[in-house]
Amino acid sequence: MIEGASWRRWVFFYVPLTAFIVGLLFPFYWMVITTVRPDNELYRPWNAPNYAPFWTTHPTLEHIKDLLTETLFTTWLLNTMIIALSATIISLFCGLLAGYALSRLKFPLAGALGTGIFITYLVPQTLLFIPLADIIRNFRLGDSPWALILTYPTFLIPFCTWLMMGYFKSIPKELEECARIDGATRWKAMLFIIFPIAVPGILSAGIFAFTLSWNEFIYALVFLSSPDEKTVPVGVTSELIRGDVFYWGELMAGALLGSIPVAFVYSFFVEHYVASVTGSVKG
Amino acid sequence: MAEVALQNLNKNFDEVYAVRDVNLAIHDKEFIVLVGPSGCGKTTTLRMVAGLESISSGRILIDDKVINDLPPMDRDIAMVFQNYALYPHMSVYDNMAFGLKMRKFDRADIGRRVQEAAQILGIEQLLQRKPRQLSGGQRQRVALGRAIVRHPQVFLFDEPLSNLDAKLRVQMRVELKKLHDWLGTTAIYVTHDQVEAMTLGDRVVVMRDGLVQQVGEPLELYNEPANRFVAGFLGSPAMNFATVRVREADGVLWAENNGIRIRVLGQTAGRLRRHAGEQVTMGIRPEDLHLASAADPLELGFDAVIEVVEKLGSEILLDVAVGETTMVASVEPHVRVGVHEKLRLAINPERLHFFDTTSEVVI
Repeated sequence: MIEGASWRRWVFFYVPLTAFIVGLLFPFYWMVITTVRPDNELYRPWNAPNYAPFWTTHPTLEHIKDLLTETLFTTWLLNTMIIALSATIISLFCGLLAGYALSRLKFPLAGALGTGIFITYLVPQTLLFIPLADIIRNFRLGDSPWALILTYPTFLIPFCTWLMMGYFKSIPKELEECARIDGATRWKAMLFIIFPIAVPGILSAGIFAFTLSWNEFIYALVFLSSPDEKTVPVGVTSELIRGDVFYWGELMAGALLGSIPVAFVYSFFVEHYVASVTGSVKG
Repeated sequence: MAEVALQNLNKNFDEVYAVRDVNLAIHDKEFIVLVGPSGCGKTTTLRMVAGLESISSGRILIDDKVINDLPPMDRDIAMVFQNYALYPHMSVYDNMAFGLKMRKFDRADIGRRVQEAAQILGIEQLLQRKPRQLSGGQRQRVALGRAIVRHPQVFLFDEPLSNLDAKLRVQMRVELKKLHDWLGTTAIYVTHDQVEAMTLGDRVVVMRDGLVQQVGEPLELYNEPANRFVAGFLGSPAMNFATVRVREADGVLWAENNGIRIRVLGQTAGRLRRHAGEQVTMGIRPEDLHLASAADPLELGFDAVIEVVEKLGSEILLDVAVGETTMVASVEPHVRVGVHEKLRLAINPERLHFFDTTSEVVI
């Protein structure tokens, strides 16, 4: 807390905080207000006498209804859910084991391997999709969920591995040594002692991986083409923008509904997530 | 029954030796303490016994069985770590039961053993708590409990008391000693604290730079140190050292330097005679110095100037300058002395130690 005169508290705390919160929440508010605004208000010119961009007097659920009935939105939602969950589970499994091995086991080139994995994470997706597209075509995986389930881990595994490596390093190695003296094999010590302690780290890696794959755009855009195979971000933008016609109400409804699962996941695990970022294990 | 033997034990990382040619025969029911400054190889030695560190060369035997290649779980040992290493996600009960569960004991037996250990350590009312809800001393007890429930052949302690505050450390030290007397399990204890080593150990192993310096009963090490390092390491305040020249005149042996001229008597003189004319290191413990009275012969004392007076209550420590060297003398608490005062200190002639100046080995 800022100490001293009350004006200092206002200048250095309340005002910046308010600006920050407003800046962060305004796009979300805009999304909500556009979703529930009827079309005749949406396309009203700015110099009309009853122009009111920040609120609406006739809220409607018309756009959400349109989105759910007139488009394939529910299919997209289901696709995205399946793809994001599968990619997350695969990445978490690999990242967990790789992170453990790199942080705990002594083997030749462990350090180089760790750095190597990190470097692959730094290759931008906007470059990587070109060779990946070739691979996807060769394996005839194009236009199927597998195209994404198998390519998302290319950036999720390095991410999970590094996050878990850091977390495992914060767990005192004596815990494991003690377990091994107590009669556990390395595998059992990992399963019964290290993983339960690492739950906050595993959860935050999972949340991040899930969010990244939920929001992923470029691979989904390139590898999927049939409307009923698309994910939410691609489906909404490709099917609700026709040439220069923007279906603003439906677009915003799609964005709103699409962001709910992510918001839900975050709020549900926020306590664990914060614990993993701010603190580690203490005896 | 468990005897532990370390034979020509080595641990090296390329050219650097952490532990070098350690030979040690630990008897059944013995409490042996490895002591030395940090980096002396004592913890590495212990970890090799535990199976947490690979052995570069040499053998470790428990009851005449080589255990070099056994994984930690199959060595039938228990270890208490400096940071306690309690499993933070488990209750105290589960912490103590973990080893038994891993070894597939049946539930009733686990419950009975945990209760028994908890009773011995006075932690019965804590069994349902999580480690983070415990104080340092309680965590220490749980860590001990986890070690004793399994009735292992050997206990290993890696500086278990050094995270406790001074008062609690003394208390736990006594309890550890009692516990060992009661259980009678062979124990290897690592510490850097020489007081802990002296009070707990049946025998003490002093180590430096990976090498064993001396093995023996605490008082044996204290009274007859094998070299200058052991002499200086054990005892608080530490032994005083002064470089002196040995001179023989008319069959009488003198240890002299700028400020000291002491007659060497008895067997010490016999051993020292070979070094006549050479420089040696003389060692004398603070408690073997006292204020000279009229009864003290002149040739068994020297003049000193007081630099600092440390009043500890039970004794007074005088930091004095003797010629070019400084020494500490422990004198009776009722002595009235002031800084810069000159006084004469007398020595106990039977308690003089002499060491070779280069090899530092006792003469």
